[in-house]
Amino acid sequence: MAVLVVAEHDNASVKDATNKVVTAAKAMGDDVDVLVAGSNAGGAAAAAAKIDGVRKVLHADGATLAKQMAEPLEALIVPLAANYDAILFPASTTGKNAAPRVAAKLDVMQVSGVIGVEGVDTFVRPIYAGNAIITVKDSQAKKVLTVQPTAFKAAGNGGSASVETTAAPAGPFKSAFVGEEMAKSDRPELTAAKRVVSGGRALGSSEEFHKVLEPLADKLGAAIGASRAAVDAGYAPNDYQVGQTGKVVAPELYVAIGISGAIQHLAGMKDSKVIVAINKDEDAPIFQVADYGLVADYKAAVPELMDELTKAGV
Amino acid sequence: MKVLVPVKRVLDYNLKVRVKPDGSGVDLSNLKMSINPFCEIAIEEAVRMKEGGGGHAKDSVQEVVAVSIGPDQAQETLRNALAIGADRGILVKADGEVEPLAVAKILKGVIEAEKPDLVILGKQAIDDDNNATAQMLAALLDWPQATFASKIVLAGSKATVTREVDGGLQTLDVELPAIISTDLRLNEPRYASLPNIMKAKKKPIDAKTPADYGVDTAPRLTTVKTAEPGKRQAGIKVKTTAELVGKLKEAGVI
Repeated sequence: MAVLVVAEHDNASVKDATNKVVTAAKAMGDDVDVLVAGSNAGGAAAAAAKIDGVRKVLHADGATLAKQMAEPLEALIVPLAANYDAILFPASTTGKNAAPRVAAKLDVMQVSGVIGVEGVDTFVRPIYAGNAIITVKDSQAKKVLTVQPTAFKAAGNGGSASVETTAAPAGPFKSAFVGEEMAKSDRPELTAAKRVVSGGRALGSSEEFHKVLEPLADKLGAAIGASRAAVDAGYAPNDYQVGQTGKVVAPELYVAIGISGAIQHLAGMKDSKVIVAINKDEDAPIFQVADYGLVADYKAAVPELMDELTKAGV
Repeated sequence: MKVLVPVKRVLDYNLKVRVKPDGSGVDLSNLKMSINPFCEIAIEEAVRMKEGGGGHAKDSVQEVVAVSIGPDQAQETLRNALAIGADRGILVKADGEVEPLAVAKILKGVIEAEKPDLVILGKQAIDDDNNATAQMLAALLDWPQATFASKIVLAGSKATVTREVDGGLQTLDVELPAIISTDLRLNEPRYASLPNIMKAKKKPIDAKTPADYGVDTAPRLTTVKTAEPGKRQAGIKVKTTAELVGKLKEAGVI
C-alpha cells in the first residue's frame, strides 16, 4: 500500500507531528512518501528525507504554497493522489483545513482525528469530545485521514530518502493571505512541549493567570495551557486552550492548576505521561486522572512548589 | 445579499454521553437534542449581518436561510434558528447517519437552487467531531473557504476573515461567494425571546429529500464498534509540595 503523508513544517524544518504521522502511515503500508509543500522549503524537504522509513520526499515549492492554504494544497495534492492508496494529514489547523477539501474532490469520505491504526482499512477515532471511541472500517479504494499526532510515537531521524521536485500550482486562487498574528514566545510550542503548565478558571483573572503560571513555566521550561473555562473567561488567549475543542497534548509532565477537569479538558491531556493536579476542591474530577494530586490553594502551593523545585536543583 | 446557514441537530452539549453496553453506538434514546453550538454561532453571525449588529453594516444581508438535514425532529432545530432570526428554513429529510460528504453534496444542491452569496457553517458537529463539511462543500463548489473564523468583515465582493490557527491568528480575504466555518469566539449567540420563538412558528419551512438533489446518503464508513474511552487510574494524593517534588524526581520527569 502506498501512503502519502502531508508534512507539517515551517519551511525551514519539519515539525515533530510529521514524524508521528509517518508512524501511523507505516502501520498501513511500507511505501510511505512525504509531501513538503511550501515556499523556500528546501530545509524542510531535507529534514523530511531523514525521517526513518520514508521512501521518498516530494517537494513542491512556490509562492502559492507559502501559507499552505487549502485551495492551493487541494490543487497540488488531488493530481498526486493517483499514485497513492491513502493520504494522511496531521490533525493540525493546516491539515484539518485542507484534508476534507482533497477528500471531497476525490469523492472520498475522510476519517477524522485518527488515534489508532488497526490495519490497512480499520481506524480508531474519538467522537463526542472523546467521550466515546469508535472503530471505523473504511472500504473506499482511496483513503483520506487526518491523524492525531500525539497518539503516535515519532519516527526517528536516521533515514536518507531521495527528494523529488514536483511543480507548485500556479493559481490564481480565490482566497488571499492578508496577515497573521502569531503569539511570540520563548516557551516551547504547546503541542510539542515536553512539559505543560495549565491554568483554570480558579485563577480568577488574566493578570493572576500570567503572574502565577509564567514563573513556574519558565522554571520548568514548560509551555502554558489553559482550560476552556479560563479561555472563555478571557484569562488566556484561545490558542492556549487544551481540550477537545482546543489542542490535544501529551507531554511527559502536565501540571493542572486550579482546573476542575471537565471531560472536554481531560480529552485534551489525558495521554500525558505524568499528571499533577493542584486544586483546593478535593472532589474535583481532575484528581481522578492525576498521578499526583495536591489538595491546596494554588496561591500558597505554587510559590512553595517554586521553592521546592529550586531546592531540588531544578 | 443572501446567507445560507446549515444547522445540525445533536445531543445537547450539557448531557453526559453514554455508550450502549453492547458497543453498538451512543445511547440517544429519550435524551434532549439541541442545535449544534457551532451552528448556533453561525446563525447568530448571519442574523447580526442582517440586523447590523456585531460590527456589520446594517442591511449587509437581506435574507438568512437555515437548512437542516435530518429526521422530522430536525424541524425543531430549524425553529431554533428561525427564533434567533433566520427568515425561513429548508428541511432535507434523512433518517439515520448522513456523513459529511453526503451532507456537502446535498448542500451543494441547495446552494445551486438558492444561490446564496455566503454560506456560514459550524466548524464541527459536537457528536461526530468530523470538522469536514464546510471544507468539502467548498471543494465541491470550487469556492474559496475560510475555516475556524473568529471575525468576519464583509466588504463589497469579498469577506475578510480572521481565523484561529495553531499558534495564533491568520487573516484571509475570500472572494464571494464563499464558505466560512465558525470557531467558538466569533460571537456569543443570544437567547431567543418568547415573542421571537412564537414568530418563528409562523416562518415557512420547505420540505425536501436527498433524492431531490440526486444524492445517495449511504455511508461510506462502517462503525465496527463504539467503546468507552480508556480510563486513567487515579494516582495518589500528596500532602506537601516537598513530597510532590520528591515524587516527580522519582518519576524522572524533572
